[in-house]
Amino acid sequence: MAVQMKCINASLGYEGSIVAEKLDFTISEGDYLCILGENGSGKSTLIKAILGLKPQISGQIEWGKDIKKNEIGYLPQQTVVQKDFPASVREIVRSGCLAKCGLRPFYNKKEKELAESTMKQLEIDDLAKRCYRELSGGQQQRVLLARALCATRKMLLLDEPVTGLDPKAQNDLYELIAKLNREGTTIIMVSHDVAAAVRYASHILHIGSHKQLFFGKTADYITSHTGKIFLERSVEENG
Amino acid sequence: MAENIEKLRMYFEYPFVRYAFIVGILIALCSSLLGVTLVLKRFSFIGDGLSHVAFGAMSFAATLPVIIKETIASFSGSESLSPGMQKIVTYIAEMNNMVIVLPVTLLCAILLLRTGQNTKIKGDAAVAMISVGSLAIGYLLMNRYPSGTNISGDVCSTLFGSTSILTLKPEDVKLCIYMSVIVILTYILFYNKIFSVTFDETFVRATGVKASAYNLLIAVVTALIIVLAMNLVGSLLISALIIFPALAAMRLFRSFRGVIICSAVISVLCAGSGILSSILFSTPVGSTIVAADIIVFALFSLVSPIIRRS
Repeated sequence: MAVQMKCINASLGYEGSIVAEKLDFTISEGDYLCILGENGSGKSTLIKAILGLKPQISGQIEWGKDIKKNEIGYLPQQTVVQKDFPASVREIVRSGCLAKCGLRPFYNKKEKELAESTMKQLEIDDLAKRCYRELSGGQQQRVLLARALCATRKMLLLDEPVTGLDPKAQNDLYELIAKLNREGTTIIMVSHDVAAAVRYASHILHIGSHKQLFFGKTADYITSHTGKIFLERSVEENG
Repeated sequence: MAENIEKLRMYFEYPFVRYAFIVGILIALCSSLLGVTLVLKRFSFIGDGLSHVAFGAMSFAATLPVIIKETIASFSGSESLSPGMQKIVTYIAEMNNMVIVLPVTLLCAILLLRTGQNTKIKGDAAVAMISVGSLAIGYLLMNRYPSGTNISGDVCSTLFGSTSILTLKPEDVKLCIYMSVIVILTYILFYNKIFSVTFDETFVRATGVKASAYNLLIAVVTALIIVLAMNLVGSLLISALIIFPALAAMRLFRSFRGVIICSAVISVLCAGSGILSSILFSTPVGSTIVAADIIVFALFSLVSPIIRRS
């Protein structure tokens, strides 16, 4: 499998203060990487670094040959602005094609068709004319996922995608992401749902406070020291 | 009724009334377009802040000849100016105030809209600071270096735009038409980009689009509109022109395009009817337009729950 991204001994943080250091991991085509860690462990800083929004302090993040730095479909956490945003589902999904437009002011036929077929694929084509703010949480996530897929099919970065969803919607979304992964899209998911991570992911990156605790295959994670502690704790918490 | 129409017909024979009407409609159209973006980006107050900046700059521009005259007089010790100096002062006095107002407002708009990203002073505080600061300095200048005899009249017309729209010269109208065309074309050409940046800036940046460039564009266009709108409603009421049509349209419409179009229509209709009724009932132009906007907003708020349910 071709390597898509390589993070070599990278340190991340803000001016003067390092949030996470010595991050070492590799993502290959078709991987499903789950990034675990508690709040404040530098997960969101790592996301910014992967997206190229915030350069790392030291170390390197290298990209493979067939993927460019900005070719990542991103599913961000919802912002306050979006909660009451008047926009139709179609408008939002189409906005995923923006990077393909360059300086061209309007979407062309191909981009519009891409938006339609992606909506069909995620089974939200019947919602196309609905207003985003009137949808359920699960439907909203599907819309944002469709938008990300319009930007690229190579790699998806999902930031705590199931937060705030009810158990059924959570499960549906996890299944959908797994299906996309089987169809060839590389998935990077930030989460603190260990149970789901172990169930779906092929690789796990676990960040503790300031340092990397584990990176490797999911099967190895379950038997590792870090994995055991974390899994036990999550079982206790969830009864 | 017939009497009113006759009265309007009579008024429209005067070129300055026609100018006021054209300019009013154009400004209303432009401000409503940007208004939707500003409201959604939580920048409703940027209009207010920038208009106060424009007020400060306007006062500075108006008092500049007097300031120069007095400074030179205090240095040379004599009341009369050398002919060369006199020429410069006259030139500045006759110069269009826009030359000073526009760049200053642009600069502040860029500074304020950039505050979203890690700055020492948070967005709303920065807006408040700059807006009251320039209001104070502007009033101070107007009092210390009075350019006319009627200071409170000058201040009032700058703040509420009471008469200035009726004293527009043909070149003001031309300038306004050019600027409106630029604003509208920019908006149409960058419509998709403006939508995406408004909805989700992080996503746009993640896909490699220069979101900051489009933010800058929004800032520049906002400043342009505010400087334009000062003539129509005065600096205190610009915010109303920007936010009311957008808020009213957001009550009823569910797509971004629907909101934009509806907001533009509301704004143009309100500006038109506002100007007409201000002529008929001799009320101040700016506040009449805003009153019309408020009425539409109230109507839409009442109607929206009924439509939503059905």
